[in-house]
Amino acid sequence: MSLPPAITIRGAVKRFGDLTAVDGLDLEVPSGICFGLLGPNGAGKSTTMRMLTAQALPDAGEIDVLGFTLPRESKQARSQMGVCPQLDNLDVELTARQTLEVFSRLYRVPRPDRPAAIERALRIANLTERADTKVSELSGGMRRRLLIGRCLVHEPRLVLLDEPTVGLDPQVRQELWSLIDTLRTSGVTVLMSTHYIEEAERLADVVAVMSAGRIVALGTPAELIAANAGREVIEVFGPPDELAAAEADAERRGWATRRSGPALSIMRAEELDGAAPEGYRRPANLEDAFVVLTGQEIE
Amino acid sequence: MSTQGRTRLRRLEPAAIAGVMSRDLTLFRKYWKATTFSSIVEPTIYLVAFGFGFGALVSTVNGVSYVQYVGTGVVASAALFSSVFPGMFNTFVRREFQRTYDAILAAPVDVEELVTAEVLWISCRAGVYCMAPLLVAIVFGLQPTSGVVIVPLVGFVTGWGFACFGVTISALAKSIDNFNYVTSAVITPLFLISGSFFPISELPRGVQIAANVNPLYHTVQLVRDAVLKGLGGLVWTDLWHAAALLLFAAAMWRLAVARQQRRLIV
Repeated sequence: MSLPPAITIRGAVKRFGDLTAVDGLDLEVPSGICFGLLGPNGAGKSTTMRMLTAQALPDAGEIDVLGFTLPRESKQARSQMGVCPQLDNLDVELTARQTLEVFSRLYRVPRPDRPAAIERALRIANLTERADTKVSELSGGMRRRLLIGRCLVHEPRLVLLDEPTVGLDPQVRQELWSLIDTLRTSGVTVLMSTHYIEEAERLADVVAVMSAGRIVALGTPAELIAANAGREVIEVFGPPDELAAAEADAERRGWATRRSGPALSIMRAEELDGAAPEGYRRPANLEDAFVVLTGQEIE
Repeated sequence: MSTQGRTRLRRLEPAAIAGVMSRDLTLFRKYWKATTFSSIVEPTIYLVAFGFGFGALVSTVNGVSYVQYVGTGVVASAALFSSVFPGMFNTFVRREFQRTYDAILAAPVDVEELVTAEVLWISCRAGVYCMAPLLVAIVFGLQPTSGVVIVPLVGFVTGWGFACFGVTISALAKSIDNFNYVTSAVITPLFLISGSFFPISELPRGVQIAANVNPLYHTVQLVRDAVLKGLGGLVWTDLWHAAALLLFAAAMWRLAVARQQRRLIV
């Protein structure tokens, strides 16, 4: 059974004064997968997310979400999607339960179903014990989980997660990853924007790499790595001037490289035969592909 | 799941408005004591200060005792202050600092519903709290008539207009400090030149004409006529006051929706 795509964006352009945040974006998100929108800060990911809820209106292009045409039918689309924003916008004066009560109404959960929906969302967010704690007294990780629970209270078909783990410590991030993974296995379509390579690699079935307002590459993480970084990478270590010389040499030979801290990484080591300089060989990863594609180092 | 897909979602849906108001109501349960306290104490202070201070010099104004005059006049300022400041500050804070509106607009709620719900909530409160000065004035000797029953309605319409005015200002303001200009240059003059504390007939003719564009002047006249003369004593000028208030409320509502739309949807 092939379902229609959950999201279709054709030729979307969004300008803010002189800045073109989204520049002719084409994107199709199939139903039922976790789709990662990976890009450096300022690539246009958040603007894209906001256009999907019609909180930003494109200057050009067409957007369909869950079969509804935006912005005309955006309200219908919004009633079947959940949004977890990058910036925490919880009501600090409400408790976790009150937050979910308000949003179960906003998302039109029928009155008799509300208590069960709230309990379910509290369970997903793992906040049942803290249900009556004020948001201002919850930890950063708990607030993030509540944001995710809040966007699931109406059992949406599509969930938008905008940088879901930004600013969280590694342990909390792991916790959220398993939560997002549970979502995907339950059949909900997830569109997740992130600038953490590992997050995209771990969670996304398909990754679109976004740079300067458009998609520069699309595929599974494995496909993107194979196409842009090959199978293996050689990391050459040495003093700065030696690395600069090695970099110039690689450039002359037409090899793709990247600087990563104290090392120079040369892509497609398996194709270099004996010409490759001495170095440490390791499998290519999504980070290599990302840097080759966007020309930008990541955190 | 698919039943939702077939439901046609229209403009200004009661479910969306009730959803936004449920949030206001939940918050109100936490702070109602403070709000109620200030809404009772403030008119009491006005009545005591003006009623006794000024009332010692002036026993009657336009044929009514000064306590009755001020007691009915302060109803309008109660409606003004309980609507214009929440309209300005609450909507600014929720949009810019707490980003609550961002979250609400990601749900099936449009800006028009969001603004209407916030304004409806504020004006219901204004309709209730504008009764506080009357209760205080009754303690100080005001003889109420049947006209008291329309006072909450007048307070509601006044509150609606000024809440919308506040929401419009909050949409235009770049920072929360800008509100000082509006408070000093607009709200204070409206409040003083409304006939709440002294009759505007004592003012220069130009100011008297200008008072007719002050919605609060119409509130003051309508409330005073209703409370002091009773429903049977209302005359055609009161109809004009009511019409002016309704016009103000309707125009401000559309302006508030339009300005917030521009601010919230980019």
